[in-house]
Amino acid sequence: MAGVQVSDVSRSFGAHKALDDVSIDFADGGFYALLGPSGSGKTTLLRQIAGFDFPDSGRITIGGESVERVPVEKRRIGMVFQNYALFPNMSVADNVAFGLSVRGETKAVIETEVQRALDLVQLGKLGGRRPHQLSGGQRQRVALARAIVTKPRVLLLDEPLGALDKALRVDMQIELKRIQREIGVTTIFVTHDQEEALTMSDRIGILRDGRLVQEGPPEEIYNRPKSEFAATFLGDANIFRGDTTGDGIRLADGTAIVAGVGATLAAGAKASCAVRPERIRIATDAGAPDGNPNTLKGQVSKRIFAGNNSTYFVERGGQTLKVIVQNTGMERLAEGQDVVLRWSPESTVLIAVN
Amino acid sequence: MAAATASRSGLRSALPLLTPAYLWLTVAIFLPLSAMVFFSFMTELPLSGKPWAFTLGNYAAFFSQSLYLTLLLASLRLGLEVTLWCIVIGYPAAYVLAKVLKGRSREAIFLLVILPFWSNGLVRIFSWAMVLREGGILDTALNAVLPFKINIDLMYSYPAVIIGLVHSYVPYMVLTCYLTLQAIDDSLIEAGRSLGASRLQVLKRVIIPLSMPGLVAGAALIFVPVVGSFMEPRILGGRTGTFYGTVIEDQFVAVFNWPLGAALSFILLAVVLVILAVASPVLRRAA
Repeated sequence: MAGVQVSDVSRSFGAHKALDDVSIDFADGGFYALLGPSGSGKTTLLRQIAGFDFPDSGRITIGGESVERVPVEKRRIGMVFQNYALFPNMSVADNVAFGLSVRGETKAVIETEVQRALDLVQLGKLGGRRPHQLSGGQRQRVALARAIVTKPRVLLLDEPLGALDKALRVDMQIELKRIQREIGVTTIFVTHDQEEALTMSDRIGILRDGRLVQEGPPEEIYNRPKSEFAATFLGDANIFRGDTTGDGIRLADGTAIVAGVGATLAAGAKASCAVRPERIRIATDAGAPDGNPNTLKGQVSKRIFAGNNSTYFVERGGQTLKVIVQNTGMERLAEGQDVVLRWSPESTVLIAVN
Repeated sequence: MAAATASRSGLRSALPLLTPAYLWLTVAIFLPLSAMVFFSFMTELPLSGKPWAFTLGNYAAFFSQSLYLTLLLASLRLGLEVTLWCIVIGYPAAYVLAKVLKGRSREAIFLLVILPFWSNGLVRIFSWAMVLREGGILDTALNAVLPFKINIDLMYSYPAVIIGLVHSYVPYMVLTCYLTLQAIDDSLIEAGRSLGASRLQVLKRVIIPLSMPGLVAGAALIFVPVVGSFMEPRILGGRTGTFYGTVIEDQFVAVFNWPLGAALSFILLAVVLVILAVASPVLRRAA
């Protein structure tokens, strides 16, 4: 097992810059998510690490060894593909055995290792089946067993859960995490599903247009996004735009918003504030001030009930704000009602606008 | 029970779609072929007005003269060699078409592969004659380039027959292999390589097994007509071009011994069917 370092990697296809000077450090044994919309370069980055494609410039090392010109079959990686890519002409056991067998392992070694890998993914009894006789979730497990049986230095997963239905996907997320902990392999996981990235990974790298927007632990990115894109792509956020005042921003209509976290900016520059919908408290009257400097008046335009919570859409000065309220059985607010929104500076992230 | 009923009603609704094809096959192939079976058991052709009788003599002739068996074996060898050359030449081309080329360049190369189909067979063979004969295009071109004098006279030889037949039949192999290769997902190749397999190992253990149906179909499409071929052997093979097919042709167009020609044809048909029957379980396992 080994860490992976990507340093200043760029890759263009014709005029299109698929990766633009990307650097990320994947520590040994970590579980990383590469998150981004389609076309953001996350799969291209994964293919550079795998060795299916070589970067135009930059360095990639696996376990300290420089690999940017090493072909995929010599990199000792394991990869799980979006469509599983199981060999249809082989049984499940032969699929899992493939990597060991091309390496020239003895029959006895192959048999033990294959059985151990199949047991690990809880498919111990299905070795004799053909891939087409398995369900989607089972194929997924076979693909995983096949990728880890060779004891790869890095495990790469390209949207591995994308083809599964929701309930199965949640099961597999837990399962995948368990297996990764058990074998401790450095894992890099490409996804466009922010929830998957948040729940599974130790660290997340957000990509956009071939650039790394932000990288860090899920909580850090969620609580302290460094750009409007990071704030709105990972989770939901209300964005206010205005001029910096030193401890926050002033909106066009003169309202001041105080930010407690985020960038430190010189007064007068353009900036934004991001506030998560669940951090805002909503009430029907002004009431007594609760010490929170951030107060806005608005009108409920819509309410969406989602079981454990409700989302209120509040119109305020030409902007629609989202507020998420836990369902505590308390009164519900009607559409058209005038409301007051309050939130703390600690819930307000100041973001530089470039 | 339910399934049987369902398939029977399915057949009934499919009948109007099947009828034209089977009617045509009956009229155009089954009836003339039946007539040929009938002829093969006659002493004389009834059309000539001569008296005729039933006989097994035409079939006995095959076994009484070793020439026919020798020629049949030569034709089977020819079929095998042409099929192998078509695989050697056609499979890599099909691979490049299916997996390497994309878009416009693929279309252009595809057109070049199909082009032989669009030219008249006889024209194709005679153009090979112009290339292969002594003082022909190949001979002249090589002598113009090489500093020493060589004499290429491939015309009227076994290699000339092979060249002509491979040229005529290689498109079948390219097309059938192209279809199966194209259906193989690229991610299977990538999966193989990510597991440490070299390109050659991926080819051997994933691509060739998965494209076996195309290879088998191509081989069957080529082997059967080549064993009975007569035009290429006659024109390009000259004196060396006597094969089982040319002997059958002689019976029909030169000697006018239709009964013997028919009997020899059916022996060939039987041998080919036996070969395919023996080969099919082996090939199915490989696929």
